[in-house]
Amino acid sequence: MAVLQGRDLIEPLDFSVEELDGLFDLSMRVMDRPGDFAKKCEGKLLATLFYEPSTRTRFSFEAAMLRLGGKVLGFSGEQNSSAAKGESIADTVRTVACYADIAVIRHPKEGSARVAAASADVPVINGGDGGHHHPTQTLTDLLTIRKEKGRLRNLRVGLCGDLKFGRTVHSLIKALARYEGMEFYLISPEELTVPEYVRKDIKGGNGSRCAEVERMQDVLPRLDILYMTRVQKERFFNEEDYVRLKDSYILDAEKMGLASADMIVMHPLPRVNEISTEVDADPRAVYFKQAKNGMYARMALIMALLGADN
Amino acid sequence: MEVNSIERGIVIDHIRAGFAMKVLEYLNIDTGNDTVAVIMNAASRKHGKKDIIKIENITDVDSAALGLLDHTATVNIIEDGRIARKIKLTLPLKVINVIKCRNPRCVTSVEPAIPHVFHLVDAAKEEYRCEYCDEIVKV
Repeated sequence: MAVLQGRDLIEPLDFSVEELDGLFDLSMRVMDRPGDFAKKCEGKLLATLFYEPSTRTRFSFEAAMLRLGGKVLGFSGEQNSSAAKGESIADTVRTVACYADIAVIRHPKEGSARVAAASADVPVINGGDGGHHHPTQTLTDLLTIRKEKGRLRNLRVGLCGDLKFGRTVHSLIKALARYEGMEFYLISPEELTVPEYVRKDIKGGNGSRCAEVERMQDVLPRLDILYMTRVQKERFFNEEDYVRLKDSYILDAEKMGLASADMIVMHPLPRVNEISTEVDADPRAVYFKQAKNGMYARMALIMALLGADN
Repeated sequence: MEVNSIERGIVIDHIRAGFAMKVLEYLNIDTGNDTVAVIMNAASRKHGKKDIIKIENITDVDSAALGLLDHTATVNIIEDGRIARKIKLTLPLKVINVIKCRNPRCVTSVEPAIPHVFHLVDAAKEEYRCEYCDEIVKV
C-alpha cells in the first residue's frame, strides 16, 4: 500500500477502486490476525481534532490507533480547542501537525477537511465535514459488503429512507456505482427521493441500473443488501403522507420474512425506530458488525497512510 | 457619437449591453490616471446593443476574470494604431477570489484567510463548483 503513504482522505472517491481493494485486503488481514498488527504504529501519534461532539467516529478512530500500538491526543468540542480563542482551522492543524504523525478532523463546516489537509504536512483524514462528506463511513460500508457478500460487483442494493438529505447514502451510491453490474433500488417517499446528481452518478457508473419505489415490501424479495436510514417525520410535507407511508420505512420481523435468506441489513447507526429491535437477533442484521468493521477499516487506513502496513 | 481610435492599448468589444462598468471594475483599471473610453448601448448588428471599452497604453488585462464576466466579448490588442492580436475569451477552468461562495455552511464563511476557489463544471450552463463545499453557482 505504498501508494497511499502520505496521502489524505477527504472525499469517498479520493482512492481508486484498485487502491480500495488493497485497503480492504489489508482490513481483512487485520480482522483475521489482529495480533500481527498490534505494534505496527508503535511510537506514532494520531491527533483527533473533533470540533463537534462525536461518540462513534471518535471512539472508532481512537480504538483503531490504540489497537495498532499507537497513541492518541486531541480535543472534542470547539470550546475545548484554540478555536474558542479565534484561531483558524489552518493554524490549528499546522500546529498540531508539528506534534502528531497523522490527524483526523471533524468540523461542522463543509470543506474544512480540505483546508486542514492543505495546511498540514502529515496525512489528514476527514472524519465528517458537516453534511458534506464522511469517507470513512463509506469505507466501512464497502468493507462490510465485501466481507458479508464476498464481492463488490453484481449486487442488488436497496437503499431505504431519507435519500434526499442522507450524505451516507449519496456517498455509498457514488462509490458502489464504480463497480460493475450494480442494481440500485431507491426506496423513499416522493418528498425524499435522491437529488438529480445522484441519479447521474448511477447512470454514469459502470453499467449500473436503478429503480425508484415508494414501498420497501415491493422490492425486498429481490435484494442482496438492504441499507436502512431513518425517515424523520418533520421531513414530510404533510401529516397524512407520513401516516400513510411511515410503516413502509420501518423494518420488522414480518418484512424480513419477505427477504431472501442471504440478504443483509445494514445501517450507519445510530438507529432510532426504523429497524425494530426484534430484527437485531436475525443473522441477516449486520449493522453492529458494520460498526466493528469500521474500526478495522480505520486501522488499515491509518497504517496505509503512515506506510506502516509492511 | 464618435470616439477616436487609439494608437496603443486595448479595445474590448461586444460586451453585453449595460455590462461595461462591471467589466471595468473587475479589470481593476485606474480610471483616475489611464485614458478610458466607455461606450454603452452602441448599435450592434448581432446583439442589437453592445458596450465597448477602449483603454489607452494598457495591453495586459486579466482575461480569466474577463472571460468569467462576459466570455462573448472580444478583446483586441492595439499596437501602432492597428489590431496586433485578438484574444479569444473562454470561461476559465479555475478562478481564485473572483466568485465568493455564498453557502453559509462552507468553510470559507469562517476561515477569512483562505482563497475562494471555483472550478468550471459545465461551460454550456456556465456553472462553477466551490473547491471546498461543492456548491454550484451559475455565473
